[in-house]
Amino acid sequence: MKKIKTPLDGKQITKLKAGNTVLLTGIIYTARDQAHKRLVRAINQKKKLPLDLKGQVFYYCGPTITPKGEPIGSCGPTTSSRMDIFSPAILRIGLKAMIGKGRRSEEVIEACKRYEAVYFLTYAGCAALLSQYVMAKRLIAYGDLGPEAIYELKVRDFPLIVGIDSHGKDIYERRCR
Amino acid sequence: MRWMKSEQIKEIVARLCIEANIRLREDILKALNFAYNQEKNLRAKRILEAIIENAKVSREKNLAICQDTGFPTVYMDIGQKIKIEGDLKRAVNKGVELGYREGFLRNSIVSDPLKRNKPGWKPAIIHIDLVRGDKIKITVLPKGFGCENKTRLKMFNPTASQREIKDFILETVKIAGPDACPPYVVGIGIGGTADYACLLAKKALLKKIKNHPDTEGVGTKIKTTNQNSKIYKLEKELLSEINKLNIGPMGLGGRTSALAVNIETYPTHIAGLPIAVNLSCHALRMATRVL
Repeated sequence: MKKIKTPLDGKQITKLKAGNTVLLTGIIYTARDQAHKRLVRAINQKKKLPLDLKGQVFYYCGPTITPKGEPIGSCGPTTSSRMDIFSPAILRIGLKAMIGKGRRSEEVIEACKRYEAVYFLTYAGCAALLSQYVMAKRLIAYGDLGPEAIYELKVRDFPLIVGIDSHGKDIYERRCR
Repeated sequence: MRWMKSEQIKEIVARLCIEANIRLREDILKALNFAYNQEKNLRAKRILEAIIENAKVSREKNLAICQDTGFPTVYMDIGQKIKIEGDLKRAVNKGVELGYREGFLRNSIVSDPLKRNKPGWKPAIIHIDLVRGDKIKITVLPKGFGCENKTRLKMFNPTASQREIKDFILETVKIAGPDACPPYVVGIGIGGTADYACLLAKKALLKKIKNHPDTEGVGTKIKTTNQNSKIYKLEKELLSEINKLNIGPMGLGGRTSALAVNIETYPTHIAGLPIAVNLSCHALRMATRVL
């Protein structure tokens, strides 16, 4: 079991191997379909982004409404492959890790190699359990998207499995392709 | 004639939305525990443990089992002897919104599918059936879209072999692979028309599942879920073949790729054989009440 802290740098990332179990502590940002679409549009138009992505981690997640008195509601991962078309452009400007569920495209694997980034899996369909590792939630951008907005989550020992490492090794290779 | 107020239906729908999203179906929990005991792959076992733990946390803390609280789908079997006061569909939609708000469930529905505006809770998908008697049965199925996206329909030739049909179903499970939260419950609709086969496939998910053992002689004695033994045999064979695909929990390998296969059938036309497959993730949620 490896422990890592955000922000992530290339040195930490290159040590991670596909299949490793990891506990992550620090800050992660939720972002899914519509947030990705807006970010990539802003990148293409050379506009200022609502957050600095260097060394940061994206979590493909749209949480439920936060219950009163709790830091967050249920917050499990969504299907990562829908973000495949956007990820290479976002990794190019410095994002270091992505958290989601399921397979990724060859382009994403290639981008992980080129930009020293990593793709993590987390317990799929275990949203209530995963909420127990989140200490705080704060809106960062695109509030009009509701659950699809970008939220900053403060997490402690968030459980992960390395899906694709920065050497281009994919946990699903041979298994399901 | 029995009179019922639509306001009462609104309240019941609201309770069912919360119950379905927070309390995992008993038969699913049982099947997960069964799978946990059968599983030899250590990583698969650990993931199944997390899934079972998740159901416990959601129940104890009143949290949604999954952040994707689904597209609320409401099935109503209404007895012909019931007269409903007020606007029934409006009451159901209001009930869904009330339940989702009170249960802190996610607003996942965009009113314009192309413009993708800020999501809300309604409208629900409502299926109404008229039946005999003076009772009303309401079922809420909040199915997530990760697995809904993997739905497939194929219009086979009427001369298709059972092997061809099985291969299409297996292919559907393989395409979903690790992406839609395996272990799956596989709902299959056979017959009817294109649209009706899709409805049957989803309705198959409403049926109670049994812990079919993969092989003869393992586990407890099995009662047939489907009285039609030919269909039961097909369900069992498919489950066994799916569990040899080595997809496993989270797609990371193991013998637990599906918890159950449920088939619903309907008569069809001489010129065709519609087959629809609707996969559910392991978090198959549902709540029912008869009034």
